[in-house]
Amino acid sequence: MNPFIEIITQPDNIAIVIMVILVSFFTVWAFQQAFQNDKLIAVGQPVDGENEGLVDTFKPLVRIELIIALAVMVFLTFWSIVVDAPLEEIANPTLTPNPAKAPWYFLGLQELLVYFDPWLAGVVLPSLIIVGLMAIPYIDINPKGNGYYSFEERKFAIITFSFGFFILWLLLIVIGVFFRGPGWLWYWPWQEWDHARVVFEPTRDFSTVFGIDSRSLPGFILGAIVVNGYLIGGMIAPYKYLKKKMPEFLKEFGMIRYIVTTSLFITMMSIPIKMVLRLVFLIKYIWITPWFNV
Amino acid sequence: MNNPTDIKERVKKNIIWKSIFRRDYRNTVRDRAQAIFGNVFLHLHPVQVREGAVKLRFTWGMGGITFFAFIILVITGVVLMFYYHPSVSQAYSDIKDLEFQVPFGVILRNLHRWGAHFMVIVVMIHMFRVFMTGSYKAPRQFNWGVGVILLVLTFMLSFTGYLTPWDQLGFWAITVGTNMGAATPLLGYQGPFSEFLHITPFNDVRFALLGGSRVADNALLRAYIWHCVAIPLVSVILMFVHFWRVRKDGGISKPHK
Repeated sequence: MNPFIEIITQPDNIAIVIMVILVSFFTVWAFQQAFQNDKLIAVGQPVDGENEGLVDTFKPLVRIELIIALAVMVFLTFWSIVVDAPLEEIANPTLTPNPAKAPWYFLGLQELLVYFDPWLAGVVLPSLIIVGLMAIPYIDINPKGNGYYSFEERKFAIITFSFGFFILWLLLIVIGVFFRGPGWLWYWPWQEWDHARVVFEPTRDFSTVFGIDSRSLPGFILGAIVVNGYLIGGMIAPYKYLKKKMPEFLKEFGMIRYIVTTSLFITMMSIPIKMVLRLVFLIKYIWITPWFNV
Repeated sequence: MNNPTDIKERVKKNIIWKSIFRRDYRNTVRDRAQAIFGNVFLHLHPVQVREGAVKLRFTWGMGGITFFAFIILVITGVVLMFYYHPSVSQAYSDIKDLEFQVPFGVILRNLHRWGAHFMVIVVMIHMFRVFMTGSYKAPRQFNWGVGVILLVLTFMLSFTGYLTPWDQLGFWAITVGTNMGAATPLLGYQGPFSEFLHITPFNDVRFALLGGSRVADNALLRAYIWHCVAIPLVSVILMFVHFWRVRKDGGISKPHK
């Protein structure tokens, strides 16, 4: 069988295929409605749902709930009849599978292990994702776009969220499921997995690019300057920009919100930055300290 | 006497019928309201909702579908518990029994497995919908936070369930997952700064998760209790808060003029 068909029809991977189909469908639907409403707002028309009245819950809503529940039940029953849940060999602590993959919804985080040490990829970044998600309503002070699909009115919020949701979460999951083979090496879906394959990929540290030993004191200082420079510069640069371009917004936004938002944002952006450094420039660590490496 | 309408009338006058349904449904405003607040399951709903709440294009029904998936998982999960022992010596053969001995055991397990994948998928789409409609904005900020915790609990429910068949897939997924705990700063034995707190493999976060220093009997029991009792309990409580707040914050969000 074609390896691509083989990999997407593995019982547990069917869920990922269903996820990709459902997410794509609803993404198109959401943005289609958003652009429709944008057009209405542009010409001063009421958006979808603005002049709606009330209907009785019984029966319109109860009816639709029942129909959806039945449809879901039919769908899951069908899925369960057609595909059997796999059961692998009994657990064997002495036989490590290669690759050993986390559950599919955590594969984005496992993918981050290529770019960050476990304390960052497995603990700090997931915690910040949760904190960051919960912070969204308190840092987004834009009152527009509440209760209807829209894009123009809240471009920054939607682009930032979409980047995190589609690229850093869903795309990394798809990569982890379909494109990672033995040794967590990259395999195209049409390639056979080769357990003997070794990729010699010498990585280096940031300071070694400039001929400085990354474990020496000058290397430590250079790394400290770059990492802290990114963090401090990332905090100051948007401030300068906003102060110049949108001073009223900055005033209304407030210092605490600014610090929280910017910290979360530069943390999020550090992920694609580190990916490029690792994949394009083969840089493993930027800053090596006796306690942790970044 | 044999006329179906007569039989219907007689059934409706029967004292057992009347004790259950109390009064006839006549499709009046009062009866439509009564149908909602007179029913313990439906009374989470208001008597009237705005039109948008009934239109699929706004909510996609994703929150409700998530809840329905949870109900399916509770029902199939309870039935699965009748056939399962959370011990290393028995867990795997219990699953084999489900496959080969228990009537409809295969479809029972399939429903639980695919239902779990499905719930994780729809809860993420629900979050995406709420974000895209800006429904986390005032006055619903707090409920968004409750929702984020419920999302994490959904992942945790699925993750703890992974270990229960005690096969290679679950064993190594949990090994990979809990090894992350060892990397926790300060509290994991491989994490930065942990030496300042005298953290070892025998007193760190990973040890607490597994009930030991490796994935074995205690880890299976802990996963099982988290999966079947502790996390569902917390989830149900938070779901009550989540649904309650949807109503108290003014129902499904709508555009303001």
